[in-house]
Amino acid sequence: MSYLALPFIQKALVAAVLVGLAAPAVGTYLVQRRLALMGDGIGHVALTGVALGFLLGTSPVLTAVIVASLGAIAIELVRARGKASGDVALAMLFYGGIAGGVLLISLEPGGNTNLLTYLFGSILTVNAQDLVTIGVLAVGVLVVAIGLRRQLFSVCQDEEFARVSGLPVPLLNIVLAVTAALTVTVAMRVVGLLLVSALLVVPVAAAQQLTRGFAATMTAAMAIGVVVSVGGVVASYPLDVGPGSLIVILAIAVFGLASLAAAVMSRRRPVAV
Amino acid sequence: MRMSDHIVDVLGASAALGGRPILHGVDLTLDPGEVVTLLGANGSGKSTLVRAIVGLVPLTGGTVALFGTPLTEFADWARVGYVPQRVMAASGVPATVREVVCAGRLSGRRIFTRFGAADRAAVDDALDVVGLHPLAGVGVARLSGGQQQRVLIARALAGRPDLLILDEPMSGVDADSQAAIVAALQRMTGAGTSVLVVLHELGQLSPLIDRSMVLRGGRVAYVGTAPPDPAEDRDADHDFHPPVAGGFGLSSSPLGSARP
Repeated sequence: MSYLALPFIQKALVAAVLVGLAAPAVGTYLVQRRLALMGDGIGHVALTGVALGFLLGTSPVLTAVIVASLGAIAIELVRARGKASGDVALAMLFYGGIAGGVLLISLEPGGNTNLLTYLFGSILTVNAQDLVTIGVLAVGVLVVAIGLRRQLFSVCQDEEFARVSGLPVPLLNIVLAVTAALTVTVAMRVVGLLLVSALLVVPVAAAQQLTRGFAATMTAAMAIGVVVSVGGVVASYPLDVGPGSLIVILAIAVFGLASLAAAVMSRRRPVAV
Repeated sequence: MRMSDHIVDVLGASAALGGRPILHGVDLTLDPGEVVTLLGANGSGKSTLVRAIVGLVPLTGGTVALFGTPLTEFADWARVGYVPQRVMAASGVPATVREVVCAGRLSGRRIFTRFGAADRAAVDDALDVVGLHPLAGVGVARLSGGQQQRVLIARALAGRPDLLILDEPMSGVDADSQAAIVAALQRMTGAGTSVLVVLHELGQLSPLIDRSMVLRGGRVAYVGTAPPDPAEDRDADHDFHPPVAGGFGLSSSPLGSARP
């Protein structure tokens, strides 16, 4: 295990811990309000942001944060209006995001293989500056997801009750959407935009097989997130496979085990009162 | 403008849903300590009226005031406990009874403040009132419909409201939970809480009720004291007609079952 002392592995491990904590924390709210695929949508839109960054010669993460946040707010506004056409509007946004990203990249002279880094993740190439960006974003995400947990729980669990409680529901919804966008841009370096939603959702789905409370689900999901992210990085080196995909496969394996355990437990335990 | 001591003061309220007018100039008042029930057939507008009172449905005409403050300026939501119609279609992530009830303590709370002893005591009290304290750690999805309804009532009580607004708390609720809800409301009204409750039928709650208002087609069809005998309107959940001559008879069947 001497390779664990390698600087790039250590940076990757720090990034894995940060993302492993942040993504499921936000994902818990998205799953609770049945927006499990919102992360996917934001990921699609973020691609346009990444491409814009390449084209403008600025940091792709910065432009991804901006474009993904705008996309997340748009998704939230469509959701809040609750129109039947919202479905189609979301589809436009998702595919527009991917197409916009690919189109912008093709405008860039000479093409850019770097795009693959963002599509599929490349945690092993995280440098010190990336780490600072990831750290700042992840801490911000965690402050919102944990610090506002009572308010966000209320809004996601029963939005109308939250309104009658006098909570600033539209503002909280926007905060959650932007937080999800930040999470997506943080996680894209680790598992890639195509798999980013998995890191938001799969640990939560695994945790709730075995939990009965919201706080417990969130805590367990964050633990699972850290374990699979770190496990993916550690195992990817000797196995010589991409850590991003390995992390997601590990998360799905944990989900499978948790489902199995839940099935066994429910067979033993009589139905609740 | 009438300035009043009414806890709820609705004047000429009109509202529409999806462009379709639902309420047509409804007046309603609720005085401190009063228990008023809203009755009416499905689609008569009674749910829309309470939703308009708490600001969930915009008014197209008229005014609503809570505790003497116009709804548009009202901010003291901690005084209002709202129990929506039960729609606990299992949300994506499990939540315990206590977690849901704790959501009733958020009115007027600054963000990032600790959940203190007073909050915990209020949540414990609310769980006691509805008789669910032993189930506090259980996931709500595992409860019966009636128990889930009691969770929603406890959530509203956790804020220690002066006004309780309940939207059909007794529908689809088993006998045990009905009895628990009646007992809970008895305790609250005994302590001086004002109650506005939408009901399909008066049923077990009738001894508590000071006044009833019947809506038909979005208009007030009858206002008066409740009938003394709850058995009188057992079959009255389809339609209501104003009583022929003063008095109490709140009900008659739309199918024409002969009732004098």
